Amino acid sequence: MSDHDYKPKSKVGQWFNDRLPLLTLANHLTDYPTPKNLNYWWTFGGILTFCLITQIITGLTLAMHYIAHADMAFESVEHIMRDVNYGWLIRYIHANGASMFFLAVYIHIFRSLFYGSYKSPREIIWILGIIIYLLMMAAAFMGYVLPWGQMSFWGATVITNLFSAIPLVGEGIVTWLWGGYSVDNPTLTRFFTLHYLIPFLILGLVVLHIWALHVPGNNNPVGIDIKKPSKDTVPFHPYIVIKDGFALLMFMIVFAFFVFYTPNILGHADNYIEANPMVTPAHIVPEWYLLPFYAILRSVPDKLLGVVAMLSAILILAALPWLDTSKIRSAVFRPLYKQFYWILVADVLILGYVGAMPAEGLYLLIARVATAYYFLHFLVILPVLGFKERTLPVPLSITEPILGGSPNLAAARHRESKTK
Amino acid sequence: MKKLFKLILILSFFSLNSSQTFAAEKVEYLKTDWSFKGLFGKFDRATLQRGYQVYTEVCASCHSMKYLSYRNLSEEGGPEFSEAAAKAIAASFEVKDGPNADGEMFTRPGKLSDKFVMPYDNVKAAQAANGGAYPPDMSVLVKARGGGVDYIYSLLQGYEDPPSGVTLDDGVYYNKYMYGNKIRMAAPLSDGIVEYGDGTNASVEQMSKDVTTFLMWAAEPNLEARHQMGFKAIVYLIILTILVYFSMKKIWSRVESEV
Repeated sequence: MSDHDYKPKSKVGQWFNDRLPLLTLANHLTDYPTPKNLNYWWTFGGILTFCLITQIITGLTLAMHYIAHADMAFESVEHIMRDVNYGWLIRYIHANGASMFFLAVYIHIFRSLFYGSYKSPREIIWILGIIIYLLMMAAAFMGYVLPWGQMSFWGATVITNLFSAIPLVGEGIVTWLWGGYSVDNPTLTRFFTLHYLIPFLILGLVVLHIWALHVPGNNNPVGIDIKKPSKDTVPFHPYIVIKDGFALLMFMIVFAFFVFYTPNILGHADNYIEANPMVTPAHIVPEWYLLPFYAILRSVPDKLLGVVAMLSAILILAALPWLDTSKIRSAVFRPLYKQFYWILVADVLILGYVGAMPAEGLYLLIARVATAYYFLHFLVILPVLGFKERTLPVPLSITEPILGGSPNLAAARHRESKTK
Repeated sequence: MKKLFKLILILSFFSLNSSQTFAAEKVEYLKTDWSFKGLFGKFDRATLQRGYQVYTEVCASCHSMKYLSYRNLSEEGGPEFSEAAAKAIAASFEVKDGPNADGEMFTRPGKLSDKFVMPYDNVKAAQAANGGAYPPDMSVLVKARGGGVDYIYSLLQGYEDPPSGVTLDDGVYYNKYMYGNKIRMAAPLSDGIVEYGDGTNASVEQMSKDVTTFLMWAAEPNLEARHQMGFKAIVYLIILTILVYFSMKKIWSRVESEV
């Protein structure tokens, strides 16, 4: 932000800005040169910020009425649903908000994969993003435990038990996590505490994520470095603000549909049964956004190796900037990578599907093949592809593409049809 | 447009995914027209009032409904009994209260602010009286079962003689919609088991529909408010989206690029 020589107009503004340059920051955010060819997949960053703020505000309100106690948690949730003014609305926004948050983050991550946004010089942005994603999963998992329904209780039991796979100290760690010899009140109270804490950690990391983004600036669909500011960029305000706003409104319509018309479809019916340590549900399933990793966990016959595979599946993403050896960022100019990209998308969707199914027979076989392919993609295909692939010529700038083709193909076609 | 299509595809995949979980175990449930489904779905007051009658005369002898209060019966969006009627209903129940100034527990007639009186003092007592099976609390029962209202509606009508080869223990009944087909509850409804005040014929089918609707309201007392607010919210969002779309087009017309 040192490239700014901003001087507030008013005397008071100058006085304040000399002491705390908040106005310089605001000016930087307003003027921030953004590639003008960003498509709608780039609007999910703003949407995610909205999701985080929504979760924090609704979460704070819920926390005022929720009671973190094994004997009272379930009842207090019903109290919120029935007796608190608009409590049902706040809770449904919060519960569905978690799903919408993950929907948006998956789109955000897969956008990054398609356009190579994780590559140099944006590795730190990417790694911060992976940490945020990990924290999101932790927050979502612990939040799902709080209503203290059957799926809360048994989900918590299954997931915390994963730590028992660690050799020697595993059992001790699980007892330590639980605060006892089974999932019980001490587990609930600490999960509540951490569920309350994590969103603020995420908020801090989001600030770093955006800060790191503002150093090199946005990647773009063409995936080339651009001069800033130049004919290739537009100031963030009003151009990107209004575009993000439009996309956010579209997103909110989908969000509202879930909240008002199918508020429980993304949850599990068993979680409306109060937790009962004596009765195990027929199928213990995590929330949909964790299903691909759940499938990977269950596809490995050994418990420890299953946990290792599941964790690796997430952590491997952090190494992605170095696993992808291609110099070209955008899949637009990588014909082979583009195909492998869509296979990966299908692979993850398949993993999610089999994750919801019982781990037996054909489902288990599919899960194993899909798990193997997931790792194959990152560990073999990506590194090799960088050397083998014949990429298409990349334009020099967004506005003056070489070889006659505009990087924004749709725009070019549109212009051509107008001139004809 | 192609991208939007892909997004919708992914979205629908997930909704399919969650609703078809364990599809292999599903049986076709009986279908009926639920007035509360759809964008403008509302409860039918008469149905809810009849449903309450079935609940209180039949179900409530074993099943508690501990998160509801008598005042809920006269609230907007519910059975909407008059306040006097709800007071009379509450007063017809004996509520244990206390301790009084002498340190004694005592019973008094129920008030609007009281929770629904439970048939048993605790889970153990309920199990003891029902051959070891606990009749689940009905406050959120509809939401706690995978098939929701269709499941409950079907279950109530799903009692039949066991197919040959299936032996049932004492106190176990055959129900084709129950998970595993064995249920510890005897068929609760039979034609004419309640006498409706409004003259409606109390067939098993009619009572099943009425009481299931009542259970839906008990689980989602704010359903009507939710539907009404949802419609307004979405209309508002759509209008705002259109306005913002045109503002965006205007602003971006200064730049040679598509939005």
